[in-house]
Amino acid sequence: MAAGEPTIDALGQFKLHTALGPIGRSVNFTQSNLLMVVAGALILALLYYGARPRAVVPGRLQAAAELSYDFISRMCTDQIGEEGRHFFPFVFTLFFFVLFGNLLGLLPFSFTYTSHIAVTAALAITVIVLVTVVALRIHGLHFFSYFFPAGAPKLLAPIIIPVEIISYLSRPVSLSIRLFANMVAGHVMFEVFATFMVMMAGAGVIGYLGAVGPLALNVVLMGFELLVAFLQAYVFAVLTCIYLHDAVHLH
Amino acid sequence: MDVAAAKAIGAGIAVIALAGVGIGIGNIFSSLVNSVARNPSARDQVFGLGILGFALTEAVALFALLIAFLILFT
Repeated sequence: MAAGEPTIDALGQFKLHTALGPIGRSVNFTQSNLLMVVAGALILALLYYGARPRAVVPGRLQAAAELSYDFISRMCTDQIGEEGRHFFPFVFTLFFFVLFGNLLGLLPFSFTYTSHIAVTAALAITVIVLVTVVALRIHGLHFFSYFFPAGAPKLLAPIIIPVEIISYLSRPVSLSIRLFANMVAGHVMFEVFATFMVMMAGAGVIGYLGAVGPLALNVVLMGFELLVAFLQAYVFAVLTCIYLHDAVHLH
Repeated sequence: MDVAAAKAIGAGIAVIALAGVGIGIGNIFSSLVNSVARNPSARDQVFGLGILGFALTEAVALFALLIAFLILFT
C-alpha cells in the first residue's frame, strides 16, 4: 500500500509467509501450518482439561467439552442412524478442525487456513473418498445402483445416470468452495471496510466523523462472522453426515 | 473502454446473482416463520433445517461475491 494514497489490497491478507524464522524457512513451514498446529493443540487442550475433572456437576470447561461431544454425537445418530456412531470420531475431528480454523482466523494478525482452497479441497476430497470407500465396503458392487434409483423408468436411464454421476462428483467441489468462499468473502469485507476507514480519515476532521460508519459496520460484521464461522463448520459436518447416510443406506 | 471501467462493470454484473439469493433466503425464513407459527413444538427441528438451508443458499451469494472480488482485485 502506497503511503498517503491508500488502495484496497483485499487479497494480500491471504498470502502465505513462512513462520518460525529460519527453521520454518528451510522446511517451508507457513503461518497456515502454524495455525493448524495451534488449532489442533487447542482442541486437544479443551478435551483433555475438559474431561479431567469428571465432576458430576460440570464446571465451565467440562460443560463445553461435554456439550461439544453431545452435539456431534447427536448430529451423527440423527443424520446417519445407529451406524453413525462408527463415524463419530471422523465427524468430530472434521468439525473442530474447521471450527477452530474459522474462529482463529478472526483474531487480529492471525490467518484463516480455511480460506485456502487447497486446505478445504483436501478436506472435501478426504470426505468423498471415505464416503465412496464406506459405500463400496458395505454394499459392494450394489453401490452402483445408487446412480439409478429403483422404480425409475428404464427409458430415462441415459439421462438419469449421467446426472446422478455428475451430482455425485460435484459434491467435493461444492463442499470445498462453500467453506473457502465464505471465509474469503468475510475477510475481504473486513479489509474493504477497514480501508474505507483509512481513506475517510485522510479527508480531515469531517472524515474522522465519517469513518465511524465503516467502523460500526466492521463491528457488526465481526458478530456476523462469528456466526458464519460456526455455521460453516456445522454445514460442513452436517453435509458429511448426509453423504455418509447416503453411503450407508443408499437412498 | 479501458480495463478499469470494464472491471467495475463486470463486478457489478456479477453480483446481480444476489437478487436470486435474496429471494431464496426470504423464502426460507418465511416458511420457517410459517411452520413455527403452525406448530410451535416443532421449532427446534425446523430451526436447524432452516439454518442449514440459509447456509446453503448464502453460499451461492458468496460464489457470486467471490467472482466479483476476483474481477476487482486480481
